[in-house]
Amino acid sequence: MAWILKLGVNAVLSAPRSGLCAPRSFCGPSTTRLYGSSERDQAMAKLLARRLAQAIPLLFGISLLSFLIVALAPGDPLAHLATDPHISPQTIEALRHRLGLDVPAHIRYWRWLVGLLHGDWGISLQYRIPVSTLIATRALNTLILSLSATLVAILIGVPLGIIAAVRRQSLIDRACGWLSTISLSTPRVFLGLLALLLAAKTGWFPIGGQHSAAFDRLTSVQRLLDALHHLILPALVLSLAPLAVYLRQMRGHLLETLDQEYVRTARAKGLSRSAVILKHALRPALNPVITLFGYSIGNLLSGSALVETIMAWPGVGQMTVQAVFARDIYVLMAAVMVTSLLLIVGNMIADLLLAANDPKIKLEA
Amino acid sequence: MSEEVPVQSRDWPGERVSPPTPRSWTGHHRAIILVLGTLGLMAGFAEFIAPYDYRTQHRAVINLPPMPVHFVDAQGRFHLRPFVYAITRVPGAQRRYAENTEERHPIRFFVRGEPYRLWGIIPGSRHLFGVAPGSSVRLHLLGTDQLGRDVFSRLVYGSRVTLSIALASLLASLLLGLAVGGISGYFGGRIDALFMRFGELVQSIPAIFLILALRAAFPLEISYGKTVLMLVAIFALASWPEVARLVRSDVLSVAGREFVLSARAAGATDGWILRHHILPHALTPAIIQAAIIVPSFILGEAALSFLGVGVQEPQPSWGNMLAAAQDLTVLLTAWWMLIPGLAIFVTVAAFTALGDAIRDALDPRSSSRPQGWG
Repeated sequence: MAWILKLGVNAVLSAPRSGLCAPRSFCGPSTTRLYGSSERDQAMAKLLARRLAQAIPLLFGISLLSFLIVALAPGDPLAHLATDPHISPQTIEALRHRLGLDVPAHIRYWRWLVGLLHGDWGISLQYRIPVSTLIATRALNTLILSLSATLVAILIGVPLGIIAAVRRQSLIDRACGWLSTISLSTPRVFLGLLALLLAAKTGWFPIGGQHSAAFDRLTSVQRLLDALHHLILPALVLSLAPLAVYLRQMRGHLLETLDQEYVRTARAKGLSRSAVILKHALRPALNPVITLFGYSIGNLLSGSALVETIMAWPGVGQMTVQAVFARDIYVLMAAVMVTSLLLIVGNMIADLLLAANDPKIKLEA
Repeated sequence: MSEEVPVQSRDWPGERVSPPTPRSWTGHHRAIILVLGTLGLMAGFAEFIAPYDYRTQHRAVINLPPMPVHFVDAQGRFHLRPFVYAITRVPGAQRRYAENTEERHPIRFFVRGEPYRLWGIIPGSRHLFGVAPGSSVRLHLLGTDQLGRDVFSRLVYGSRVTLSIALASLLASLLLGLAVGGISGYFGGRIDALFMRFGELVQSIPAIFLILALRAAFPLEISYGKTVLMLVAIFALASWPEVARLVRSDVLSVAGREFVLSARAAGATDGWILRHHILPHALTPAIIQAAIIVPSFILGEAALSFLGVGVQEPQPSWGNMLAAAQDLTVLLTAWWMLIPGLAIFVTVAAFTALGDAIRDALDPRSSSRPQGWG
């Protein structure tokens, strides 16, 4: 068991070094390990195990909550069928039976939960296909969109935050301040519509969707380029708010660390300004930014629901909105489960990243 | 939703110079009060301020662009009283309009217009401004929509919808958070664990998915009054844990203090102690949190109405007005349909600034910023 966990930790930890957390490379390879390497790794595995153990009751609770909200709501999900003269009452009853809607609530919940664990997530009333098939591609699309947005936000927000902090009160700092204030107050709906307008007026970007119509006839390289072309605009729209938050936090915390005595000491012993900033001040200032990565996931997922709907990106959010209209209860419950899972996993990754970046953090906490 | 790492940041708009200096009246504060005051007046006296009813369809002028308000007429003469020209449709397949510069129609204050009932009670027919009652033109400051309804009037009525939902949600969230946090912190033990675990549960579902799931629990088509109640209930249910968590930690710090013990020794009941000795202490963090959370209610309402599951037509809300602009032809030909987006932006910015100001005034130590749902 332990080696599996360890493998997991290593996989998670090696990922950010390659790209997710670009500024890390500034820190240099020097002071990573205070404790013995294996000792720290073991502690990290324990942390991961504990987080996993905490996640299980949480997910169980979420499943109960989402069942209570969605499945026990007043109103019949098959009511719209009853008004259709082409469908006989017998057919509806048969469908009700097949969907398992005719048994008491606790048995329905139990069946749904067992099914959930076996990969059988119920049937979409709207599309008449298994929810697991429907949601798998949708979740992947949402993940692609959210991760691209995070990447954009970090790659632009963090360096801008550093520049703004280092050149405090300069023109660029002021500009960053306004940028972050404006982008935090702009509703995503509005931003999405502006982006659509831009795409329609200039023709630089496709107007919504994930692929062009001729996608199937393209070569694999062309397909990749086509998919990227469709991804750019929604990812940019989604990234603006987290970008502003990263920018704000990075600047604030770097300013704070630059005030610390050890930074002054480093400066006094003759180190260059850039060396002090990159080697001494940046790394502790990165911690809150990493924590923020975890917190931003919920926000990203929420925002993606709107961006997906406006820009016709076939993700979980768009599907959930349609499911509300169709009273597609199994899809709704699955959407709540999947997005909560993404949020929990994201927070877990942030925890581990934090522990990896800051050797002072107690892993037992 | 709004959990963030505390940061001591400086000199940006909305951020504080540290150490915080108590600022009394700055230009910044005046701007906030001006914007929010205007919004409040718009929402409060929508019937009087809007020149037309939000349902009135001016069929002759569908998709009319904002009407230019002139001071200088076609002959180059200056007039102190602003005026508009009559709009005529240019013949042709495409709907285009031109100004008829022959006759001026001055804009007057307190003109008689469509009769209304203020707040559904007080009858009246005077509007804040408009063109003279007998004239053949209508004043469409921000143009009309695809049904010929006046966008400015709908924007004004929409502010009432947006603000009342945001403020009612705020109150509900505050009450729920105070009650749960107070009980949780005061009694501790199992009740505390139960409430707090439940709060964590609510918070571990991404907000909009929780909101959409809650929305699905209500019928799709419900009356306007019920929609407002439903949205308030949904927002309160999605946002109480954060308030409760903060209230609880403050209650915990107060619960063991001497004045509480002496109140109990004097024979006060739990309810009395909670209400008179403990919750007043927890009010400050609750108010700060609530002020910070308001923008997310505004964005949330706009988002749900935009998606078509919030406030329904013909009742205008800024969100469902924006939904019309989703249509690509509308987006390309009628840019003024995007104006509600600007209104949301200004309102959210003003409430965010207000939240920061309240936080600065009440609690200079902590800092957190909302991450909206919209």
